[in-house]
Amino acid sequence: MRVAVIRFPGSNCDLDMMAALKTIKGIEPDLVWHEDAALGRGGYGAVILPGGFAFADRLRAGAIAANSPAMAGVKRLADRGVPVLGVCNGFQILVESGLLPGALLRNSTLKFVCKWTHVRVENTRTPFTSGLSEGQVLSMPIAHGEGRFFLPHAELAELEKNGQVAFRYCDSSGRTTPGSNPTGTLHNIAGVCNKAGNVVGLMPHPERAAEALLSPLGHPDGALVLSSLLVRSGGRRRA
Amino acid sequence: MAFFTTKGRTFEVSVVISNKPGVREPEGETILHDLVAKSGFEQVESIRAGKYLRVKVVAPDPASAKKLVEKMCNELRIFNPAAHSCEVSIGRVPGQ
Repeated sequence: MRVAVIRFPGSNCDLDMMAALKTIKGIEPDLVWHEDAALGRGGYGAVILPGGFAFADRLRAGAIAANSPAMAGVKRLADRGVPVLGVCNGFQILVESGLLPGALLRNSTLKFVCKWTHVRVENTRTPFTSGLSEGQVLSMPIAHGEGRFFLPHAELAELEKNGQVAFRYCDSSGRTTPGSNPTGTLHNIAGVCNKAGNVVGLMPHPERAAEALLSPLGHPDGALVLSSLLVRSGGRRRA
Repeated sequence: MAFFTTKGRTFEVSVVISNKPGVREPEGETILHDLVAKSGFEQVESIRAGKYLRVKVVAPDPASAKKLVEKMCNELRIFNPAAHSCEVSIGRVPGQ
């Protein structure tokens, strides 16, 4: 499967993402500049928006990148059901482009939080969780200043009802406690998906946890998120 | 044949983006609790921080200038409607 990793001016996790994807047999990643027309004619099976500080977070994290030429192409692919993953700043871009609901506001502590977290898999019907099991606890690091997911009360209830929460921060045993919520994010939300399930955003960095050597626990949990792309729901490997 | 165009005048339009009521705004809270309230201004009840854009726009009249900036804010999502309110107002009017 060919996977496009979009590079914006200010992306800084693009090469880590490329390196992580290259370790997964069956995935061929391409780095695509955000003004490049390659996305439309690339025959990509998935698109990933990596982390960083696109356009230096000017106006608001993700707000300017959301209007960049690549995002028009990403929207077209997303409408056709192509899997799209946004990590950290990529999640912020997906939210600002309207591909995912809500807003990612300044952390309640006002601090940039850089630490390893546990997240619980809440739904396995997305292309980035299909290789995982519901309730599975993953260890991945976060590094962001704006990751407090917010939606007005009624819309949040709707999101929960639709099963659009993909990941929640939790403790090591999978309990969603206030102490395991690093940013004040509503309902401990670490990642969400769109209604169709093909567009996913998450704040933790799977590419920074894709090899055992990178993880303090020695678990390459991030690779499980990325390699889910090759697993159809039901556990069968994609052709 | 007479050909006449009006470019209009330059108006200053203010855009204030802030979290909607009910959405926590930690920067304002910190300014209030850790600076203002500790410095003898106990009468201050609440502070909400936000973002301010001062936009200069050429338009035939103030109402058109405001309308153009409102359109810009909505189309380009200068604010995120899930969490923010956006107030657009006319600033300095030329000649007044």
